[in-house]
Amino acid sequence: MRVKTFPHGIHPPEDKNATAEKNLETLPPPEKLYIPLHQHFGHPAEPLIKKGEAVLIGQKIGEASSLFSASIHASVSGKVHSVDGHQHPLGKPVLTVVIANDGEDNLLPELSETDDPFSLDPQQIRQKVKDAGIVGLGGAAFPTAVKLTPPKDKPIDTVIINGCECEPLLTADYRLMMEHPDDILKGGELVKIATGAERVFVGIEDNKKKAFDLLKEKAAQTSAEVFLVKTKYPQGAEKNLIYALLGREVPRGGLPFDVGVVVQNVGTAKAIWDAVKNGRPLYERALTVSGNGIKNPKNLIARIGTPFQDAIDFCGGQGDEVNTVIMGGPMMGLSQWSLDVPIIKGTSGILAWSAPKPAEEFSCIRCSRCINHCPMGLAPTQLMKYVKYDQLSLAEAWGILDCVECGSCQYSCPAKIQLVHWIRLGKNQVMSLKRKKSA
Amino acid sequence: MSKNAFIVQSSPHFEDRDSVPKIMYAVVIALTPAVLASVYFFRLKAVGLYASCLIACLATEAIFLGVRRMPLKSLWDGSAVITALLLAMTLPPSLSLELAVIGSVVAIAIGKQVFGGLGHNIFNPALVGRAFLQTAFPVAMTTWFPPATLSVDTATFATPLGNLKFQDAIAQGTLTPLQDLLWGNIGGCVGETSAIALLLGALFLLYKKTIDWRIPAGITLALSIFTGVFWLVNPGKYASPVFHILAGGLLIGAIYMATDMVTSPINHKGTWVYALGIGIMVGLIRLFGGFPEGVMYSILFMNTFVPLLNRSFRPRILGERRSAS
Repeated sequence: MRVKTFPHGIHPPEDKNATAEKNLETLPPPEKLYIPLHQHFGHPAEPLIKKGEAVLIGQKIGEASSLFSASIHASVSGKVHSVDGHQHPLGKPVLTVVIANDGEDNLLPELSETDDPFSLDPQQIRQKVKDAGIVGLGGAAFPTAVKLTPPKDKPIDTVIINGCECEPLLTADYRLMMEHPDDILKGGELVKIATGAERVFVGIEDNKKKAFDLLKEKAAQTSAEVFLVKTKYPQGAEKNLIYALLGREVPRGGLPFDVGVVVQNVGTAKAIWDAVKNGRPLYERALTVSGNGIKNPKNLIARIGTPFQDAIDFCGGQGDEVNTVIMGGPMMGLSQWSLDVPIIKGTSGILAWSAPKPAEEFSCIRCSRCINHCPMGLAPTQLMKYVKYDQLSLAEAWGILDCVECGSCQYSCPAKIQLVHWIRLGKNQVMSLKRKKSA
Repeated sequence: MSKNAFIVQSSPHFEDRDSVPKIMYAVVIALTPAVLASVYFFRLKAVGLYASCLIACLATEAIFLGVRRMPLKSLWDGSAVITALLLAMTLPPSLSLELAVIGSVVAIAIGKQVFGGLGHNIFNPALVGRAFLQTAFPVAMTTWFPPATLSVDTATFATPLGNLKFQDAIAQGTLTPLQDLLWGNIGGCVGETSAIALLLGALFLLYKKTIDWRIPAGITLALSIFTGVFWLVNPGKYASPVFHILAGGLLIGAIYMATDMVTSPINHKGTWVYALGIGIMVGLIRLFGGFPEGVMYSILFMNTFVPLLNRSFRPRILGERRSAS
């Protein structure tokens, strides 16, 4: 079978061997958990509990405040220690519920199973997903209920389950596929019902052949079709995966809805199944703790709200030489300055290593590698110059808002220019200019 | 509360190992066969020109970096070394060393540093230096000297292209044989004569993807078609495309000078316009211009259009409607 792919992109070192064949291990919840009320794209959730109240696992402690928001649930049983601002992996302090764990792990009794989830109607599935506070677990943390609600004028024909995991070092999605293939496929089936799609495609990079073989075997009993895609970064980026599997291009500024597609990460698919079948809200997730600064790298199932330090300690702790800690993958992850931040719904990995002194930056020599590697067909070096010299209208015309910040340009830049940084700055400036104009 | 404080940087956190100096030194490595060939053919004359260009280029670069308060280690990024080598390679072996030094100073000062140094120049620095010498010292720049491996009368000695243009070589039957052009046992600028040595370096650069294949391909394609038409119509007057590709500075220009990343377009469409433009210009000058050779002026001429080409052709963004469909 021909391996599908998209044009451009890069081949960074994969570095997945440290954890690829290690089973998901349950990380014991610590004594205190820090659960931020803002862990998703959109508006923060409203707190539902007060200091001193008792909570049970799965109890809703934050209510989605709008359509573009997600509910937050307690991940341990215990007492609310405080509801206050706390350090957050995204950089700014966020209103956070701190729960003192009573160690009992008492589940909320109301969480109930559904006997035949496939007989539910789309609205019921969406409601259960919304109640469970599910967001995209690939890292972007977009509220999933919104993605399951396509506009009436945009019929969906294909659901894509994204098993690419194209970020180097991360292996948690791979482990989910190896250990919970049925849950993922059933979750995909539920997405199909909720969106009214006709078929389910699963895309897996060809460096995870074992997961492909397993899912293909399991999918034989379902309507899902499993495809191998080329191991190339960013194969798992929504728009590139849609192109690779279907040859469709999401229009500029548009959404996958516009080409009749809904994409869900494998972890999200499993969470959807857990929520709809078992009534289980999203209070834990799979993640990889790796990097050469981690003594014993592992794949973990961790409760939301566990501080990074506890997860790292469970993996043997970090070396003294560690100077860089990343939440997510090395290409799109966020650097952390402290390990006091909690694991949130979007934490696909915690990476720690000792980075060498940054390489010397040169002027752009117009080698055009950034252009030849950009999966969106942009000209990053031109965008950088337009931002640098305040030519924002040109930056917009040249597609600065189409940038997905995958980092392929900066990775391949021999002059070591912080292209993504310039583009982010430009995007902010263009957006604020637009807001001013419309105001 | 935290004992930890880590480096905070925006993503991505991985970078490729390639770097600007590595690219520059790849070009230097690629030039090595041609440099060795030129030393074989022109002996101490070549060595003297290389040495004076290298010293003068690096010294000029160092002075400018000092005046501009830039870190002096940029001197070793490899770009000044390439400029020195390419300038020396495009000088006649008979040229006096003082003129080589003047050319080097102009190349680095006017060709590169006044624009803001590496990455900011519009024209190929080595060619700026050479164009200055050509204009200021036209006789010295067109006095040729046979290679040490050739025993001929030095007084009437000419390059293959000069022979073709001014001495009616085709009718006289004295056109330089192709195999001599290939090996380099001919007159010409120091480093341009041995086609085989230049092509060897080209293979290396193409394999390393340091240069864009479209540029040498476009130049030779356009030149072949242009000169090929005239050759087919009147082979008694015009030389064949193969002769035009192997003779003069076409190969060194197409492989090492037109491909200079800084002064060539950043997108494929622009690159084709640029490369085909150079090829046609070379053909026009060689066949109908006052000079026997036109590679230098053609590249400089098309360098002028690069900023315009870069702005004119925006790559197609994923999800953008294909125009006119």
